Amino acid sequence: MKLGALLAFPPAADRQLLPEGRLAGPMPWVIAIMMFLTVLAAAGGLALGEAARTLGAGLADRATVQIVEADAAAREAQAAAALRTLARLPDVTRATRVGEAEMARLLAPWLGDGALGRDVPIPVLIDVTLRPGATARLPELRAALRRAAPAVRIDDHGAALAPVTRLIRLLGRLAVALVLLMATATACVVMLAARAALDTHRGTIDVMHLLGATDVQIARLFQRRMALDALFGGLIGFAAGGIVLLLIGRRLAALGSELVGAVALPGFGWAVLLLLPAGGVLLATLAARRTVLGALKRML
Amino acid sequence: MANIVQFENVGLRYGQGTETLVDVSFSLSEGGFYFLTGPSGAGKTSLLKLLYLAQRPSRGLIRLFGEDVVTLSRNRLPGFRRRIGVVFQDFRLVPYLSAFDNVALPLRVAGVEERDLVTPVEEMLAWVGLSERSGARPATLSGGEQQRVAIARAVIGRPEILVADEPTGNVDPEMAGRLLYLFDALHKLGTTIVVATHDVHLLSRVSSAEMMRLDRGRLSDPTGALRYPPRGPVAAS
Ligand SMILES: Nc1ncnc2c1ncn2[C@@H]1O[C@H](COP(=O)(O)OP(=O)(O)O)[C@@H](O)[C@H]1O
Ligand SMILES: [Mg+2]
Repeated sequence: MKLGALLAFPPAADRQLLPEGRLAGPMPWVIAIMMFLTVLAAAGGLALGEAARTLGAGLADRATVQIVEADAAAREAQAAAALRTLARLPDVTRATRVGEAEMARLLAPWLGDGALGRDVPIPVLIDVTLRPGATARLPELRAALRRAAPAVRIDDHGAALAPVTRLIRLLGRLAVALVLLMATATACVVMLAARAALDTHRGTIDVMHLLGATDVQIARLFQRRMALDALFGGLIGFAAGGIVLLLIGRRLAALGSELVGAVALPGFGWAVLLLLPAGGVLLATLAARRTVLGALKRML
Repeated sequence: MANIVQFENVGLRYGQGTETLVDVSFSLSEGGFYFLTGPSGAGKTSLLKLLYLAQRPSRGLIRLFGEDVVTLSRNRLPGFRRRIGVVFQDFRLVPYLSAFDNVALPLRVAGVEERDLVTPVEEMLAWVGLSERSGARPATLSGGEQQRVAIARAVIGRPEILVADEPTGNVDPEMAGRLLYLFDALHKLGTTIVVATHDVHLLSRVSSAEMMRLDRGRLSDPTGALRYPPRGPVAAS
């Protein structure tokens, strides 16, 4: 069955056969509400997916090694040993000591300017970039470092963020589930509407049958009507959802937070969202067709 | 002439009750003109429903155009139905469609192009005297006008069999005569005509017609010559 044939605009006479046309019943509005919620859920899913990717890409393969040792000489010795060890490890692609100036900048908010100059013991920080997937072997890395520098501490950013990432992934999956549930509900609504329409137009259907109309010819009348209703409802719902998304997007941008900023609709997101009304029309058409053909089969 | 319709020991039972049609056997020749008479409730409409494939019999054999239609698969029904024109007792016009569109419906169902159906439909409406009312909805037409739209719709597709259930029930005697003249004209073009009526006056109007009589679900002379009277013009009896 060709998509074009499914969605073909009906000639005037066909349209009149089932005159209780668009907007007459509640179905277009129910579909509009469904589409609105689906657009929000899908956008949420897409944005969260993008956020998980961004966080993952930026932080998952990064770690920070600290040498926490009060004695400056021992600290420097251990730092050198740790750097040597890190350079040997195959899982480490890069290890750089955070310089004095950078440390001063990082600590200034807590210790005030010139803290480094005074006698406060400041740990040595080494920024480590790991090979992708190496976080799993982090314990071995830790053991190796311990041997070289007993005062070592390792912060694995991926591990620190893991609960957040897991939550984001979970929410993303929830969004996908919501979209699927919404599609199912839409199909059910269409089925109910198609059954009601079949009852309303039972007389016309009988006459069409007796004049020699095939089930497919009759089903086409109904599926066209459902497609038009779904198109109307889908576009209304999509427009409403789009407006809400734009407003949310502005608020998020205004927050300017890095973590929240990661929650943004990726570029292809709008294209994906545009598929929803189209998918809705197709879904409605197929659901109506199935329902009507199934019911007609039980008539003579 | 070949039998275009053949019923053999046909029984029809609605639900659990007694049989509405009992042991109905008859055959109709191609190109014949038949009246089906009998009192109200005798089962005339039920018999015609079997004939125009709106109903399957509970038992017995029905052959149309030489094929068994009792066991016919659903997807072959439309093809048979398109060869039969029906004037329903209650007209069954589509209320949302104009007279023109109601008459055009069988052609549209058969896939006739829009540009090819305007002339035949207009001619048909003129034939039943409804040219002026072509754009009117059924609700705005009188009973007799609706009946003529129904008749026009039944014959527009040039069916091989025309089945009419009490087609003169709602019209005055003069219009009844005109409709009958219409059927006779079709009959002369070779169409097999089956008209159910309890109007005895109608029977004498078509000289070549034969008559079947139904009483409480039984054909009056089911074992005889399959028709009553057995042969010959109705007017002669
Ligand atoms: N769909 C139906 N369901 C149940 N009984 C029916 C149905 N149609 C007709 N009958 C019954 O069958 C009998 C014959 O009806 P019908 O065929 O309409 O007779 P006629 O057309 O000769 O008046 C009547 O008793 C009627 O009540
Ligand atoms: Mg009747």
